Amino acid sequence: MSALLDVRNLHTEFRTGAGLVRAVDGVSYTVDPGETVAIVGESGSGKSVGAMSILRLIPDPPGRITQGQILFDGRDLLRLSQVEMREIRGRDIGMVFQEPMTSLNPVLTIGRQITEVLEQHQGADRLAAERRALELMEMVGIADTGRRLKQYPHQLSGGMRQRVMIAVALACNPKLIIADEPTTALDVTIQAQILELMKQLTLRLNVALIVITHNLGVVARYASRVNVMYAGRIVEAGSADAIYHDPRHPYTIALLRSVPRLDQPRRARLDPVDGQPPDLTRLDGGCAFRPRCRFAVEQCGEARPALAPTGEAGHFAACFRSDELVAARDVAAREVAA
Amino acid sequence: MSGDAVETPLLEVRGLAMHFPVSEGIVLSRKVGDVKAVDGVDFAIKRGETLGLVGESGCGKTTTGRCILRLERPSAGQILFDGQDISGLGRKDLVALRRRMQVIFQDPYSSLNPRMKVGDIIAEPIKVHGVEPDANRRRARVRELLSICGLDPKFADRYPHEMSGGQRQRVGIARALALDPEFIVCDEAVSALDVSIQAQVVNLLEDLRERFRLTYLFIAHDLSVVRHLCQRVVVMYLGRIVEMADCDELFDNPLHPYTQALLSAVPIPDPRVEATRDFRPAPGEVPSPINPPSGCVFHPRCPMAVEGCKRARPVLRELRPGHWVACSEVQ
Repeated sequence: MSALLDVRNLHTEFRTGAGLVRAVDGVSYTVDPGETVAIVGESGSGKSVGAMSILRLIPDPPGRITQGQILFDGRDLLRLSQVEMREIRGRDIGMVFQEPMTSLNPVLTIGRQITEVLEQHQGADRLAAERRALELMEMVGIADTGRRLKQYPHQLSGGMRQRVMIAVALACNPKLIIADEPTTALDVTIQAQILELMKQLTLRLNVALIVITHNLGVVARYASRVNVMYAGRIVEAGSADAIYHDPRHPYTIALLRSVPRLDQPRRARLDPVDGQPPDLTRLDGGCAFRPRCRFAVEQCGEARPALAPTGEAGHFAACFRSDELVAARDVAAREVAA
Repeated sequence: MSGDAVETPLLEVRGLAMHFPVSEGIVLSRKVGDVKAVDGVDFAIKRGETLGLVGESGCGKTTTGRCILRLERPSAGQILFDGQDISGLGRKDLVALRRRMQVIFQDPYSSLNPRMKVGDIIAEPIKVHGVEPDANRRRARVRELLSICGLDPKFADRYPHEMSGGQRQRVGIARALALDPEFIVCDEAVSALDVSIQAQVVNLLEDLRERFRLTYLFIAHDLSVVRHLCQRVVVMYLGRIVEMADCDELFDNPLHPYTQALLSAVPIPDPRVEATRDFRPAPGEVPSPINPPSGCVFHPRCPMAVEGCKRARPVLRELRPGHWVACSEVQ
């Protein structure tokens, strides 16, 4: 089976007052049809810029995609014209953003926001589009659809707005949905509802999903494969099970260990990741995580390690020491447990 | 420590209510109702204790914190700080009070003045309260506070924008400590921080609590952080307390259906655990506090609700020692 999306060696740069920022610095990954892939990282890791690059929504200037290929259904999105790209956005690739208040148009009714996509991409007439809009709203769990159709975004709660965003994203039967922190602005119980909805719908409609998030719990519940990003690069990639139970990059290990878990006994102290996040204008030729890494050796300052196979098939880590790391990691885990 | 019930709590809140008027009309504005942000809340915090206050947006946790800090004048109820009712204090009396209670805000970006150097930000409360008139000694105190909070004393000459989010939050903490307070309200103090930085700041808050014998009111929506940091937890929903218990008791044995829904909604960072978890998100959304449901405010979303829940507002009952629940169906 060939991949639905194949991102190859993507580079996206921003020219800022402080210097050149390589927000995405050579990222490659694939998404199969119907698969849910998570991209995990902290602020500035490049996870959102990477996704926006797929849709070619990088503001230029200051940003620019400088290198790479984005093969979607066999076509390189970076070679398409603006007009062709507009056809793809919203039709083949749907989007769900973090802030449903700012990503919906405040002066259009909910109904209009959904029918607009249908008229634009499928040439549907008003009536057919409205019928389909009602259907979509029902599908995303909005009650009283007739009334909601005529309402404006400000009359809806955050959770409802996010449901509308999902309806818009699904309107044209896309093959892929990119969801950028879809539940970060929502309360826990609403977050759970929205995530469950997205999971069910993507399964039922066989839509592939890229979830971009910083929340390790959300990833564990929903993704089959995970890419961990740090300072513009993927530092570890693999199945969710491998990432959580056999992490091979010091950053992933440290990240997983730093979060308190509700299902485990309370610990006396948390074990944080040392140091500060990297300043992307001041990266040198070495591994970007080196200043915070407990396993760093001289070699780490000489070159940035490439993503290399480790552990089970399909598991990759960008660390010179990923194989020897396993022993040290397990010893540390036993100490914590004891 | 006397170690018995005689010890008075550092802070006690009795029947606290905060109603904000809702008005309609632009020219002839008239009051059409109240938002009952906080609607009759009672709890106490012992000296040296960290009390967690959790709930979703609009549950009144931040307003409760603001009333305690007297940034709002509550509509009703008493706030006893060290035995004194501060709910009606005027401006002058509040100045003295504010030396003893401080706050750490959520957003380290908007809570620091971007045009002030870090050293001046931290020195400001010392100056305003006239604690240390000597500029040199004030500078020395700022350096000391910075290093207490794990920052290089040289940061005093920097501006907030030159620092990362975690470093800025440390500045906010240093400022809160500047007057040697006894009590600190942490309002979502670690929520805006990246995962890798959050644990650093949580550890710092714990160290400071021990070192300076601080008492915290820790307002947060992240339940796993609350469980780690707090000794006791209050769960709020739509302006009211639904459950209150010792931390371990609350998380091991949640009794109120809302607390149960809240806990089951938190995803665990482990795919194997997630695969086996029974998962049913609570239906519906938090209703409007302008026109809250009758009786128990949670009844429209509650899986256990019976007819009676629509009528009578449940009172907080002590079902087990120290474990209080506002639900008539739980035994």
